[in-house]
Amino acid sequence: MSIFKSLMNTARRKSPWVFHANAGSCNGCDIEFLTCLTPRYDAEQLGIHHEGSPRHADIIVVSGPVTRTTCEALETVYGQVPDPKVVVALGSCPATCNVFAGSPTIVGPLDRVLPVDVYVPGCPPRPDAIIAGLAEAAAILAGDKPRPIHGAADRASSASDGQEA
Amino acid sequence: MSTLFTTIQLLVFPGLLYAFMAGFFMEWVQRKINARLQGRIGPPFYQPFFDFVKLLGKKPIERPPLQGFIMTALPAVSVVATLGAVAILPVLSADIGFPGDVILLVSLIEIGPLLAVLGGFASRSLWGGLGATREAVMTAAYNLPFLTALIALAWNSDLSISLLATTAPWHVRLLAMAAILLCLPAKLHLNPFSISSAEQEIYAGMTTEYDGPRLALWELAHALEWVALTGLFALLSVPLVGAADIWRVLVFIGVSLAVVVLLSVVAASTARLKLAQTARWFWLWGLLLAASALGLSLAGI
Ligand code: SF4
Repeated sequence: MSIFKSLMNTARRKSPWVFHANAGSCNGCDIEFLTCLTPRYDAEQLGIHHEGSPRHADIIVVSGPVTRTTCEALETVYGQVPDPKVVVALGSCPATCNVFAGSPTIVGPLDRVLPVDVYVPGCPPRPDAIIAGLAEAAAILAGDKPRPIHGAADRASSASDGQEA
Repeated sequence: MSTLFTTIQLLVFPGLLYAFMAGFFMEWVQRKINARLQGRIGPPFYQPFFDFVKLLGKKPIERPPLQGFIMTALPAVSVVATLGAVAILPVLSADIGFPGDVILLVSLIEIGPLLAVLGGFASRSLWGGLGATREAVMTAAYNLPFLTALIALAWNSDLSISLLATTAPWHVRLLAMAAILLCLPAKLHLNPFSISSAEQEIYAGMTTEYDGPRLALWELAHALEWVALTGLFALLSVPLVGAADIWRVLVFIGVSLAVVVLLSVVAASTARLKLAQTARWFWLWGLLLAASALGLSLAGI
Protein backbone atom coordinates (compact mmCIF):
# COMPACT_ATOMS: atom_id res chain seq x y z
CA MET A 1 0.00 0.00 0.00
CA SER A 2 2.76 2.41 0.93
CA ILE A 3 4.43 1.87 -2.46
CA PHE A 4 1.24 2.98 -4.20
CA LYS A 5 0.92 5.88 -1.83
CA SER A 6 4.44 7.11 -2.43
CA LEU A 7 4.06 6.61 -6.20
CA MET A 8 0.89 8.67 -6.11
CA ASN A 9 2.57 11.40 -4.05
CA THR A 10 5.51 11.53 -6.45
CA ALA A 11 3.11 11.75 -9.38
CA ARG A 12 1.23 14.60 -7.70
CA ARG A 13 4.48 16.42 -7.00
CA LYS A 14 5.72 15.99 -10.56
CA SER A 15 2.57 16.76 -12.48
CA PRO A 16 0.73 19.84 -11.24
CA TRP A 17 -1.72 21.05 -13.88
CA VAL A 18 -2.85 24.60 -13.57
CA PHE A 19 -6.10 26.36 -14.34
CA HIS A 20 -5.87 30.12 -14.35
CA ALA A 21 -8.90 32.20 -13.36
CA ASN A 22 -8.94 35.94 -13.79
CA ALA A 23 -11.04 37.56 -11.06
CA GLY A 24 -10.87 41.13 -12.22
CA SER A 25 -7.11 41.49 -12.45
CA CYS A 26 -5.48 44.38 -14.29
CA ASN A 27 -3.83 41.78 -16.59
CA GLY A 28 -0.38 42.46 -15.17
CA CYS A 29 -0.39 39.22 -13.23
CA ASP A 30 -1.84 37.25 -16.15
CA ILE A 31 0.97 38.36 -18.43
CA GLU A 32 3.55 37.40 -15.82
CA PHE A 33 1.86 34.04 -15.40
CA LEU A 34 2.09 33.31 -19.12
CA THR A 35 5.75 34.27 -18.98
CA CYS A 36 6.30 31.17 -16.83
CA LEU A 37 5.48 29.01 -19.85
CA THR A 38 7.89 30.77 -22.22
CA PRO A 39 11.38 29.47 -23.11
CA ARG A 40 13.14 31.59 -20.50
CA TYR A 41 11.27 30.12 -17.51
CA ASP A 42 9.82 26.93 -19.04
CA ALA A 43 7.64 25.66 -16.21
CA GLU A 44 7.01 22.43 -18.13
CA GLN A 45 10.33 21.18 -16.73
CA LEU A 46 8.51 20.79 -13.41
CA GLY A 47 5.60 19.10 -15.15
CA ILE A 48 3.48 22.24 -14.86
CA HIS A 49 0.87 22.20 -17.57
CA HIS A 50 -1.53 25.03 -18.34
CA GLU A 51 -4.98 23.52 -18.83
CA GLY A 52 -7.95 25.10 -20.57
CA SER A 53 -10.53 23.12 -18.62
CA PRO A 54 -10.86 23.24 -14.81
CA ARG A 55 -11.83 19.56 -14.89
CA HIS A 56 -8.24 18.67 -15.76
CA ALA A 57 -6.54 20.91 -13.20
CA ASP A 58 -4.94 20.34 -9.81
CA ILE A 59 -4.12 23.94 -9.01
CA ILE A 60 -6.40 26.94 -9.42
CA VAL A 61 -4.43 30.13 -9.86
CA VAL A 62 -6.52 33.22 -9.19
CA SER A 63 -5.39 36.71 -10.06
CA GLY A 64 -7.31 39.90 -9.34
CA PRO A 65 -9.15 41.30 -6.33
CA VAL A 66 -12.35 39.23 -6.86
CA THR A 67 -15.02 41.52 -8.22
CA ARG A 68 -18.72 41.01 -7.65
CA THR A 69 -19.26 39.59 -11.12
CA THR A 70 -16.46 37.03 -10.90
CA CYS A 71 -17.22 35.84 -7.35
CA GLU A 72 -19.86 33.32 -8.35
CA ALA A 73 -17.86 32.12 -11.34
CA LEU A 74 -14.89 31.46 -9.05
CA GLU A 75 -17.03 29.29 -6.78
CA THR A 76 -18.31 27.36 -9.79
CA VAL A 77 -14.81 26.80 -11.12
CA TYR A 78 -13.63 25.71 -7.67
CA GLY A 79 -16.37 23.10 -7.62
CA GLN A 80 -15.43 21.88 -11.09
CA VAL A 81 -11.87 21.00 -10.14
CA PRO A 82 -11.66 17.42 -8.86
CA ASP A 83 -10.02 16.75 -5.47
CA PRO A 84 -7.24 17.01 -4.36
CA LYS A 85 -6.85 20.65 -5.33
CA VAL A 86 -4.92 23.69 -4.20
CA VAL A 87 -5.74 27.38 -4.59
CA VAL A 88 -2.92 29.80 -5.35
CA ALA A 89 -3.48 33.55 -4.96
CA LEU A 90 -1.44 35.24 -7.65
CA GLY A 91 -0.28 38.77 -6.88
CA SER A 92 -1.19 41.28 -4.21
CA CYS A 93 -4.75 41.73 -5.43
CA PRO A 94 -6.24 38.43 -4.25
CA ALA A 95 -4.23 38.71 -1.02
CA THR A 96 -5.23 42.22 0.03
CA CYS A 97 -7.29 43.80 -2.78
CA ASN A 98 -4.21 46.00 -3.34
CA VAL A 99 -5.09 49.33 -4.98
CA PHE A 100 -8.70 48.28 -5.41
CA ALA A 101 -9.34 48.01 -1.66
CA GLY A 102 -12.48 49.80 -0.55
CA SER A 103 -14.14 49.74 -3.93
CA PRO A 104 -17.86 48.93 -3.74
CA THR A 105 -17.55 46.46 -6.61
CA ILE A 106 -14.98 44.29 -4.84
CA VAL A 107 -15.89 41.21 -2.80
CA GLY A 108 -12.29 40.15 -2.10
CA PRO A 109 -9.77 39.46 -0.81
CA LEU A 110 -9.85 35.94 -2.21
CA ASP A 111 -9.86 34.13 1.13
CA ARG A 112 -13.42 35.31 1.68
CA VAL A 113 -14.51 33.23 -1.31
CA LEU A 114 -12.11 30.27 -1.61
CA PRO A 115 -9.72 28.60 0.85
CA VAL A 116 -6.36 29.98 -0.29
CA ASP A 117 -3.38 27.65 0.26
CA VAL A 118 -0.48 29.58 -1.25
CA TYR A 119 0.06 33.32 -1.59
CA VAL A 120 2.44 34.68 -4.22
CA PRO A 121 2.82 38.36 -3.32
CA GLY A 122 3.94 41.06 -5.73
CA CYS A 123 2.35 43.55 -8.08
CA PRO A 124 2.87 41.71 -10.33
CA PRO A 125 5.07 38.91 -8.91
CA ARG A 126 8.12 37.84 -10.87
CA PRO A 127 7.78 34.60 -12.87
CA ASP A 128 10.40 32.97 -10.59
CA ALA A 129 8.18 33.71 -7.63
CA ILE A 130 5.13 32.32 -9.43
CA ILE A 131 6.97 29.10 -10.27
CA ALA A 132 8.14 28.84 -6.66
CA GLY A 133 4.52 29.28 -5.58
CA LEU A 134 3.34 26.56 -7.97
CA ALA A 135 6.09 24.24 -6.71
CA GLU A 136 4.90 24.91 -3.16
CA ALA A 137 1.35 24.11 -4.27
CA ALA A 138 2.60 20.83 -5.77
CA ALA A 139 4.32 20.04 -2.46
CA ILE A 140 1.00 20.54 -0.68
CA LEU A 141 -0.68 18.21 -3.20
CA ALA A 142 1.97 15.57 -2.58
CA GLY A 143 1.63 15.90 1.18
CA ASP A 144 5.20 17.16 1.65
CA LYS A 145 3.90 20.33 3.21
CA PRO A 146 0.89 20.70 5.48
CA ARG A 147 -2.10 22.47 4.05
CA PRO A 148 -2.88 25.73 5.85
CA ILE A 149 -5.86 25.44 8.16
CA HIS A 150 -9.03 27.06 6.86
CA GLY A 151 -11.51 27.52 9.68
CA ALA A 152 -15.11 26.70 8.74
CA ALA A 153 -16.42 29.53 10.93
CA ASP A 154 -13.98 31.86 9.28
CA ARG A 155 -15.39 31.03 5.85
CA ALA A 156 -19.03 31.19 6.93
CA SER A 157 -18.66 34.66 8.39
CA SER A 158 -16.67 35.89 5.43
CA ALA A 159 -19.33 34.62 3.03
CA SER A 160 -21.88 36.92 4.68
CA ASP A 161 -19.35 39.74 4.53
CA GLY A 162 -19.11 39.09 0.84
CA GLN A 163 -22.83 39.62 0.38
CA GLU A 164 -22.78 42.90 2.22
CA ALA A 165 -19.91 44.24 0.19
CA MET B 1 1.35 -20.94 -32.93
CA SER B 2 1.38 -22.15 -29.35
CA THR B 3 -0.76 -20.70 -26.60
CA LEU B 4 2.35 -19.60 -24.72
CA PHE B 5 3.58 -17.63 -27.70
CA THR B 6 0.21 -15.94 -28.15
CA THR B 7 0.11 -15.06 -24.47
CA ILE B 8 3.57 -13.52 -24.64
CA GLN B 9 2.53 -11.65 -27.72
CA LEU B 10 -0.55 -10.25 -26.02
CA LEU B 11 1.03 -9.43 -22.67
CA VAL B 12 4.65 -8.55 -23.44
CA PHE B 13 5.48 -7.73 -27.04
CA PRO B 14 3.93 -6.05 -28.94
CA GLY B 15 1.00 -6.19 -26.49
CA LEU B 16 0.40 -4.79 -23.05
CA LEU B 17 3.87 -4.15 -21.63
CA TYR B 18 5.51 -2.80 -24.76
CA ALA B 19 2.43 -0.81 -25.76
CA PHE B 20 2.24 1.01 -22.43
CA MET B 21 5.95 1.76 -22.26
CA ALA B 22 6.21 2.80 -25.89
CA GLY B 23 3.03 4.85 -25.66
CA PHE B 24 4.28 6.93 -22.76
CA PHE B 25 7.72 7.19 -24.34
CA MET B 26 6.32 8.39 -27.67
CA GLU B 27 4.18 11.03 -25.94
CA TRP B 28 7.29 12.22 -24.14
CA VAL B 29 9.32 12.33 -27.38
CA GLN B 30 6.62 14.44 -28.97
CA ARG B 31 6.46 16.89 -26.06
CA LYS B 32 10.23 17.03 -25.74
CA ILE B 33 10.79 17.74 -29.44
CA ASN B 34 8.08 20.36 -29.34
CA ALA B 35 9.82 22.03 -26.39
CA ARG B 36 13.30 21.82 -27.89
CA LEU B 37 12.14 23.36 -31.15
CA GLN B 38 10.60 26.21 -29.16
CA GLY B 39 13.90 26.74 -27.35
CA ARG B 40 12.66 25.22 -24.09
CA ILE B 41 14.09 22.32 -22.13
CA GLY B 42 10.86 20.43 -21.89
CA PRO B 43 9.47 17.77 -19.57
CA PRO B 44 11.52 14.93 -18.09
CA PHE B 45 11.01 11.50 -19.66
CA TYR B 46 8.77 10.17 -16.88
CA GLN B 47 6.28 13.03 -17.36
CA PRO B 48 3.49 11.23 -19.30
CA PHE B 49 3.62 8.32 -16.84
CA PHE B 50 3.31 10.55 -13.79
CA ASP B 51 0.55 12.56 -15.48
CA PHE B 52 -1.33 9.31 -15.97
CA VAL B 53 -0.81 8.11 -12.38
CA LYS B 54 -1.80 11.47 -10.97
CA LEU B 55 -5.01 11.56 -13.00
CA LEU B 56 -5.89 8.05 -11.80
CA GLY B 57 -5.61 9.26 -8.21
CA LYS B 58 -8.04 12.13 -8.53
CA LYS B 59 -11.56 11.93 -7.18
CA PRO B 60 -13.99 12.25 -10.09
CA ILE B 61 -16.77 14.80 -9.87
CA GLU B 62 -20.12 13.22 -9.09
CA ARG B 63 -22.40 12.82 -12.05
CA PRO B 64 -25.76 11.19 -12.70
CA PRO B 65 -25.06 7.42 -12.60
CA LEU B 66 -25.81 6.68 -16.24
CA GLN B 67 -23.75 9.58 -17.53
CA GLY B 68 -20.89 8.68 -15.20
CA PHE B 69 -21.01 5.10 -16.46
CA ILE B 70 -21.02 6.12 -20.13
CA MET B 71 -18.21 8.58 -19.59
CA THR B 72 -16.10 5.85 -17.98
CA ALA B 73 -17.06 3.07 -20.37
CA LEU B 74 -16.30 4.96 -23.59
CA PRO B 75 -12.62 5.72 -22.83
CA ALA B 76 -12.17 2.25 -21.28
CA VAL B 77 -13.41 0.51 -24.43
CA SER B 78 -11.23 2.84 -26.47
CA VAL B 79 -8.16 1.74 -24.48
CA VAL B 80 -9.01 -1.94 -24.90
CA ALA B 81 -9.67 -1.63 -28.64
CA THR B 82 -6.45 0.26 -29.32
CA LEU B 83 -4.49 -2.16 -27.15
CA GLY B 84 -5.96 -4.97 -29.23
CA ALA B 85 -4.80 -3.22 -32.40
CA VAL B 86 -1.24 -3.06 -31.06
CA ALA B 87 -1.31 -6.67 -29.90
CA ILE B 88 -2.23 -8.13 -33.29
CA LEU B 89 0.58 -6.36 -35.15
CA PRO B 90 2.55 -9.29 -36.62
CA VAL B 91 6.06 -8.23 -35.60
CA LEU B 92 7.63 -11.56 -34.67
CA SER B 93 8.48 -14.00 -37.43
CA ALA B 94 6.57 -16.89 -35.85
CA ASP B 95 3.42 -14.84 -36.24
CA ILE B 96 2.39 -14.41 -39.84
CA GLY B 97 -1.00 -13.12 -38.83
CA PHE B 98 -4.14 -14.54 -40.36
CA PRO B 99 -6.06 -13.71 -43.55
CA GLY B 100 -8.14 -10.62 -42.91
CA ASP B 101 -6.19 -9.33 -39.95
CA VAL B 102 -5.78 -5.99 -41.65
CA ILE B 103 -9.56 -5.55 -41.55
CA LEU B 104 -9.61 -6.35 -37.84
CA LEU B 105 -6.71 -3.98 -37.25
CA VAL B 106 -8.29 -1.08 -39.12
CA SER B 107 -11.60 -1.53 -37.35
CA LEU B 108 -9.88 -1.64 -33.95
CA ILE B 109 -7.95 1.52 -34.78
CA GLU B 110 -11.12 3.23 -35.98
CA ILE B 111 -13.01 2.43 -32.77
CA GLY B 112 -10.93 5.04 -30.92
CA PRO B 113 -12.04 8.12 -32.91
CA LEU B 114 -15.61 6.82 -33.06
CA LEU B 115 -15.82 6.51 -29.29
CA ALA B 116 -14.14 9.89 -28.92
CA VAL B 117 -16.94 11.45 -30.97
CA LEU B 118 -19.54 9.70 -28.82
CA GLY B 119 -17.63 10.71 -25.70
CA GLY B 120 -17.63 14.34 -26.69
CA PHE B 121 -21.39 14.35 -27.11
CA ALA B 122 -21.96 12.22 -24.00
CA SER B 123 -20.21 14.79 -21.84
CA ARG B 124 -23.03 17.24 -22.72
CA SER B 125 -20.65 20.14 -22.84
CA LEU B 126 -20.70 22.72 -25.59
CA TRP B 127 -16.95 22.37 -26.11
CA GLY B 128 -17.14 18.60 -26.01
CA GLY B 129 -19.83 18.63 -28.68
CA LEU B 130 -17.86 21.06 -30.79
CA GLY B 131 -14.75 18.89 -30.57
CA ALA B 132 -16.79 15.81 -31.40
CA THR B 133 -18.34 17.42 -34.48
CA ARG B 134 -14.92 18.42 -35.71
CA GLU B 135 -13.56 14.96 -35.06
CA ALA B 136 -16.42 13.42 -37.02
CA VAL B 137 -15.73 15.62 -40.04
CA MET B 138 -12.01 14.91 -39.73
CA THR B 139 -12.66 11.16 -39.68
CA ALA B 140 -14.54 11.46 -42.94
CA ALA B 141 -11.73 13.57 -44.39
CA TYR B 142 -8.67 11.46 -43.54
CA ASN B 143 -10.20 8.01 -43.75
CA LEU B 144 -10.93 8.31 -47.45
CA PRO B 145 -7.25 8.41 -48.51
CA PHE B 146 -6.20 6.14 -45.61
CA LEU B 147 -8.55 3.33 -46.54
CA THR B 148 -8.01 3.79 -50.28
CA ALA B 149 -4.27 3.41 -49.74
CA LEU B 150 -4.78 0.25 -47.70
CA ILE B 151 -7.07 -1.19 -50.39
CA ALA B 152 -4.44 -0.40 -53.01
CA LEU B 153 -1.88 -2.36 -50.99
CA ALA B 154 -4.27 -5.21 -50.31
CA TRP B 155 -5.60 -5.61 -53.85
CA ASN B 156 -3.40 -8.52 -54.86
CA SER B 157 -2.80 -10.07 -51.47
CA ASP B 158 -4.55 -12.03 -48.84
CA LEU B 159 -5.68 -9.08 -46.71
CA SER B 160 -3.10 -9.98 -44.12
CA ILE B 161 -0.66 -7.38 -42.88
CA SER B 162 2.49 -9.42 -43.40
CA LEU B 163 1.59 -10.13 -47.04
CA LEU B 164 0.28 -6.63 -47.67
CA ALA B 165 3.71 -5.17 -47.27
CA THR B 166 5.45 -7.53 -49.68
CA THR B 167 3.12 -8.41 -52.53
CA ALA B 168 2.39 -4.97 -53.95
CA PRO B 169 4.97 -3.59 -56.43
CA TRP B 170 7.28 -0.91 -55.07
CA HIS B 171 5.71 2.10 -56.84
CA VAL B 172 2.26 1.21 -55.51
CA ARG B 173 3.75 0.85 -52.05
CA LEU B 174 5.56 4.17 -52.28
CA LEU B 175 2.40 6.07 -53.21
CA ALA B 176 0.24 4.23 -50.69
CA MET B 177 2.72 4.71 -47.84
CA ALA B 178 2.96 8.41 -48.64
CA ALA B 179 -0.82 8.68 -48.43
CA ILE B 180 -0.87 6.79 -45.12
CA LEU B 181 1.91 8.97 -43.71
CA LEU B 182 -0.09 12.03 -44.69
CA CYS B 183 -3.04 10.79 -42.64
CA LEU B 184 -1.08 9.98 -39.47
CA PRO B 185 -0.92 13.54 -38.02
CA ALA B 186 -4.68 13.90 -38.43
CA LYS B 187 -5.30 10.54 -36.78
CA LEU B 188 -3.06 11.55 -33.87
CA HIS B 189 -4.57 15.06 -33.54
CA LEU B 190 -1.25 16.73 -34.24
CA ASN B 191 -0.59 20.08 -35.86
CA PRO B 192 -1.45 21.12 -38.55
CA PHE B 193 -4.53 18.91 -38.09
CA SER B 194 -5.06 19.36 -34.35
CA ILE B 195 -8.52 20.67 -35.08
CA SER B 196 -10.68 18.42 -32.95
CA SER B 197 -8.63 18.84 -29.78
CA ALA B 198 -7.72 22.46 -30.53
CA GLU B 199 -6.39 23.68 -27.20
CA GLN B 200 -6.95 27.33 -26.31
CA GLU B 201 -9.52 27.49 -29.08
CA ILE B 202 -12.23 25.14 -27.82
CA TYR B 203 -10.59 24.44 -24.40
CA ALA B 204 -9.82 20.76 -24.54
CA GLY B 205 -12.30 19.73 -27.23
CA MET B 206 -13.87 16.32 -26.66
CA THR B 207 -12.22 15.78 -23.28
CA THR B 208 -13.22 19.14 -21.76
CA GLU B 209 -15.63 17.58 -19.27
CA TYR B 210 -13.58 14.50 -18.45
CA ASP B 211 -11.83 14.51 -15.11
CA GLY B 212 -9.47 12.31 -13.12
CA PRO B 213 -9.47 8.60 -14.06
CA ARG B 214 -11.75 9.15 -17.05
CA LEU B 215 -9.32 11.63 -18.54
CA ALA B 216 -6.47 9.27 -17.69
CA LEU B 217 -8.13 6.60 -19.84
CA TRP B 218 -8.45 8.97 -22.79
CA GLU B 219 -4.80 9.94 -22.42
CA LEU B 220 -3.82 6.30 -22.32
CA ALA B 221 -5.92 5.53 -25.39
CA HIS B 222 -4.18 8.35 -27.20
CA ALA B 223 -0.74 7.07 -26.19
CA LEU B 224 -1.68 3.63 -27.48
CA GLU B 225 -2.91 5.12 -30.76
CA TRP B 226 0.62 6.40 -31.25
CA VAL B 227 2.01 2.89 -30.88
CA ALA B 228 -0.63 1.27 -33.10
CA LEU B 229 -0.41 3.75 -35.98
CA THR B 230 3.37 4.16 -36.07
CA GLY B 231 3.68 0.40 -35.68
CA LEU B 232 1.36 -0.24 -38.62
CA PHE B 233 3.38 2.20 -40.69
CA ALA B 234 6.64 0.51 -39.66
CA LEU B 235 5.36 -2.94 -40.62
CA LEU B 236 4.02 -1.82 -43.97
CA SER B 237 6.95 0.35 -45.01
CA VAL B 238 9.88 -1.87 -44.02
CA PRO B 239 8.84 -5.51 -44.43
CA LEU B 240 11.59 -7.89 -43.33
CA VAL B 241 11.17 -11.24 -44.99
CA GLY B 242 13.11 -14.03 -43.37
CA ALA B 243 15.00 -11.80 -40.93
CA ALA B 244 15.78 -12.90 -37.39
CA ASP B 245 13.36 -11.85 -34.67
CA ILE B 246 15.82 -9.52 -33.00
CA TRP B 247 16.16 -7.52 -36.22
CA ARG B 248 12.45 -7.46 -36.79
CA VAL B 249 11.89 -6.07 -33.31
CA LEU B 250 14.68 -3.50 -33.58
CA VAL B 251 13.60 -2.29 -37.00
CA PHE B 252 9.97 -2.16 -35.87
CA ILE B 253 10.84 0.00 -32.86
CA GLY B 254 13.35 2.10 -34.82
CA VAL B 255 10.99 2.93 -37.68
CA SER B 256 8.15 3.64 -35.21
CA LEU B 257 10.32 6.12 -33.35
CA ALA B 258 11.56 7.70 -36.57
CA VAL B 259 7.92 8.32 -37.57
CA VAL B 260 7.25 9.81 -34.14
CA VAL B 261 10.19 12.20 -34.56
CA LEU B 262 9.08 13.17 -38.06
CA LEU B 263 5.49 13.81 -36.98
CA SER B 264 6.64 15.80 -33.94
CA VAL B 265 8.91 18.02 -36.00
CA VAL B 266 6.13 18.69 -38.49
CA ALA B 267 3.72 19.37 -35.62
CA ALA B 268 6.09 21.81 -33.92
CA SER B 269 6.77 23.75 -37.10
CA THR B 270 3.23 24.19 -38.41
CA ALA B 271 0.13 26.02 -37.30
CA ARG B 272 -3.41 24.70 -37.13
CA LEU B 273 -5.43 24.63 -40.34
CA LYS B 274 -9.15 25.24 -40.59
CA LEU B 275 -11.59 22.37 -40.89
CA ALA B 276 -12.47 23.11 -44.53
CA GLN B 277 -8.80 23.41 -45.47
CA THR B 278 -8.10 20.05 -43.88
CA ALA B 279 -10.92 18.34 -45.71
CA ARG B 280 -9.75 19.84 -49.00
CA TRP B 281 -6.17 18.80 -48.27
CA PHE B 282 -7.08 15.16 -47.69
CA TRP B 283 -9.65 14.87 -50.44
CA LEU B 284 -7.29 16.44 -52.95
CA TRP B 285 -3.66 15.57 -52.16
CA GLY B 286 -4.27 12.57 -49.95
CA LEU B 287 -6.76 11.05 -52.32
CA LEU B 288 -4.58 11.86 -55.34
CA LEU B 289 -1.75 9.75 -53.90
CA ALA B 290 -4.01 6.99 -52.68
CA ALA B 291 -6.15 6.83 -55.84
CA SER B 292 -3.11 6.68 -58.12
CA ALA B 293 -1.77 3.84 -56.00
CA LEU B 294 -5.12 2.08 -56.32
CA GLY B 295 -5.22 2.76 -60.05
CA LEU B 296 -1.77 1.30 -60.54
CA SER B 297 -2.54 -1.82 -58.58
CA LEU B 298 -5.89 -2.29 -60.35
CA ALA B 299 -4.18 -1.98 -63.70
CA GLY B 300 -1.59 -4.44 -62.47
CA ILE B 301 1.31 -2.25 -63.49
S1 SF4 C 1 -1.41 42.44 -8.19
FE1 SF4 C 1 -0.88 44.25 -9.38
S2 SF4 C 1 -0.38 43.45 -11.41
FE2 SF4 C 1 -1.51 41.87 -10.34
S3 SF4 C 1 -3.63 42.15 -10.94
FE3 SF4 C 1 -3.31 43.30 -9.04
S4 SF4 C 1 -2.80 45.38 -9.66
FE4 SF4 C 1 -2.53 44.04 -11.45
